[in-house]
Amino acid sequence: MKKILGILGVILFIGFFAYKFFVGFYNTAIDYQENAKNAWSKVESAYQRRADLIPNLVETVKGYAKHEKETLEAVIKARATATQMKIDPANITPEQLAKFQQAQQGLGGALSRLLVTVEKYPELKADKHFLELQSQLEGTENRIKVERDRYNDAVTHYNKYIRKFPGNLLAGLFGFNQMARFESEKGAEKAPKVKF
Amino acid sequence: MNYRMKFPKTINYATLKRKFLYIFILLFGFTLSGIAQESYLNLKVDKDGLPAVPSKSIQEQHSVYDYAGLLQEQERKLLEQKLKKYFDSTSTQIVIATVNKVNDDISLYATEWAHKWGIGGKENDNGVFLLVSKDDRKITIRTGYGVEHRLTDALSRRIIEEKIIPYFRQGNYYGGLNAGVDAIILALKGEYKNIKSNNKDEGIPLWIIILFIIIIIILLSSANKNSGGGWHSSGGGPIIFSSGGRSSWGGGSFGGGSFGGGFSGGFGGGGFGGGGATGSW
Repeated sequence: MKKILGILGVILFIGFFAYKFFVGFYNTAIDYQENAKNAWSKVESAYQRRADLIPNLVETVKGYAKHEKETLEAVIKARATATQMKIDPANITPEQLAKFQQAQQGLGGALSRLLVTVEKYPELKADKHFLELQSQLEGTENRIKVERDRYNDAVTHYNKYIRKFPGNLLAGLFGFNQMARFESEKGAEKAPKVKF
Repeated sequence: MNYRMKFPKTINYATLKRKFLYIFILLFGFTLSGIAQESYLNLKVDKDGLPAVPSKSIQEQHSVYDYAGLLQEQERKLLEQKLKKYFDSTSTQIVIATVNKVNDDISLYATEWAHKWGIGGKENDNGVFLLVSKDDRKITIRTGYGVEHRLTDALSRRIIEEKIIPYFRQGNYYGGLNAGVDAIILALKGEYKNIKSNNKDEGIPLWIIILFIIIIIILLSSANKNSGGGWHSSGGGPIIFSSGGRSSWGGGSFGGGSFGGGFSGGFGGGGFGGGGATGSW
């Protein structure tokens, strides 16, 4: 009888600590995941902010540069593609993120081409409204960079946590998947160089 | 005097107390001068390449971090008084820093800097950070999440170009920063109010008052022990106190305003997301 009680005690003891460990792992993983999701929503809103500036920008440029129809249309099209891309933050896979990034790259490229053509129109470059839009655009590119970096940091933190032993044994059990990071820029995605 | 220590029986308590008093006053004076001269301008850089967060007492004393030495002492104090006053009424924290050079995109660098220091309140994210890089001839205004809708990127840029740079071109850094701060304050007018107690920390910090009281108690008791002539005959203790002590009060450690040039409670943990503008002169 005593023996059984002793064994039971040991089992209870181990069980208690195992339970503590499970709960601890789970809650921490949730925290990190939520941080990463939150960082993602900020990335999205930074990109959205850029998209919101574009109609205004296009209108302003139109007023001065009627002959740049093609460039302007490319921007509008790229914007439409980019804003259609939505990602489920609960499950950010590398493929999804790559698609998202590609769409945003397309918009970034079209925008930088537009800003290059603007160089040909000194009156437009001197337009107060255009200047304001340009500085808003520059600030937005900064926001995108900042939020992307922070998102990557948050994801790295989370991924490390669920991949390290012994967490990696539990991660699958609880359904924690790795989240995708932004890949470094490959030239095309370089932010439009807004020069003042 | 020292030999008395070795023969406990012959201790003259009044003398001993006076001795302690001297030490106390000395320590007190050191503390004061230590506060006044605390080398908060030693730019310590962390592993992440960003300046280390200043200690809380420095945060409470300073809102202008002139690492590049572009301002006169008096100018810095004037700016700090303005920023402190503004913080007291609005809870919005505006911090100015000057450096010699930034080997990076100054906009991003300043954003991360301000974010790390946590300028502005945590709830409202109402912080503004101005960074001047002397050798790059660049100035940037960074806006916290909670002020960017009022102090937009475009407005930040206009403030830099129209208010700050004209002064900077003449080498008048104070004039530019002062005009810039005024414009920022105007832009944020009415957005935030400081609901927390305004009176807090307006005067002398509590620990100094307590120290003061302790000293007075010691003084009085030692004067009583001396019994003879009270204050006058107590061997210069009080005189030292009044001359040494008070001169260090008037001498600028306090009156000069190195206290309360910052934000009571320190930086609030506000976040920055990259908003703002940068200009060069």
